[in-house]
Amino acid sequence: MVFSTETQQRVLREHFGIASAANQLIIALAGNPNVGKSTVFNALTGLRQHTGNWPGKTVDNAQGTFTYQEQSFLLVDLPGTYSILAHTVEEQVARDFICFGRPDVTLVVLDATCLERNLNLALQIMEITPNVVVCVNLMDEARKKNIRVNIKALEKELGVPVVATAARNSEGLDELLSVLYQFANGKLKPCPKRIDYSPEVEAAVETILPKIQRLIDHKLDPRWVTLRLLDGDQGFIESISLHLELNPLQTHKEAAV
Amino acid sequence: MNSKSEVIALSSLAAGECCWVAAIEIHGLLRRRILDMGMVPGTTVECIRRSPSGDPIAYKVRDSIIALRHDDASNIKVFTSNN
Repeated sequence: MVFSTETQQRVLREHFGIASAANQLIIALAGNPNVGKSTVFNALTGLRQHTGNWPGKTVDNAQGTFTYQEQSFLLVDLPGTYSILAHTVEEQVARDFICFGRPDVTLVVLDATCLERNLNLALQIMEITPNVVVCVNLMDEARKKNIRVNIKALEKELGVPVVATAARNSEGLDELLSVLYQFANGKLKPCPKRIDYSPEVEAAVETILPKIQRLIDHKLDPRWVTLRLLDGDQGFIESISLHLELNPLQTHKEAAV
Repeated sequence: MNSKSEVIALSSLAAGECCWVAAIEIHGLLRRRILDMGMVPGTTVECIRRSPSGDPIAYKVRDSIIALRHDDASNIKVFTSNN
């Protein structure tokens, strides 16, 4: 958005230890634990992988590359989490990367056999960024359990592209690649469903939002930042001051007015 | 909600019994985690089994099974139906 490619590359390198090429598109891979995220990761990247830790954290970080239609992609595997409201180091890593690493696409992998619980994470991520593609994985497991997932309805409901896969049998991977490619090239436009809160919360958001908008200046989704501030999420304010050049005290003070 | 419903602690449910969540009287980290697991007011919860010592207890929530400590489950208030 407002960040140049060089700035994004610098942030990725210095804050997240990720070296990307100039024309490479960055895909973040998110999902609950045990949804086959690593299977999707391996299926897409094969052996072109690099593993290590997130800078300063004892959390594994895997990156891999792949090429589709002559477009190079860098896939970053985020830790498996149930939430990104950042209470564990893993959640913080996942949230900070999606917020400040500014991936071109965040691919959220869901377990088709317990979709309801998994959608929590997808909705949380859609509050941060509209650039989300959903992958409903473990479709083979779901079939065994006689669970049918209406992908088209889910897509309509969420407002972002949804692809069904069974990554361990390579089922649906071609479509996934094609959707990621089209999405990253702006051929698929997401229009994620916004989550509305209770009237009290919405009224509070409305009061603070203009001030946050001025401060954040489209570096982050202002509505999401407002919601986090209302939540009293101190850790997030610290992350903002670490990754963005804003004064956190000023942010906090203005929010409290 | 059913007028015959009474509010009890989730921990007092016997294996096989069902209930709806009324209130989660837990704060901080664990509250967030429980909400993230899909256990919110109104959610149907079934007690699947209790471990021999009665702690922890397994519950089925939205097609997945989660285990809760007895102490924590006792701070989750639920409705049960008498009929």
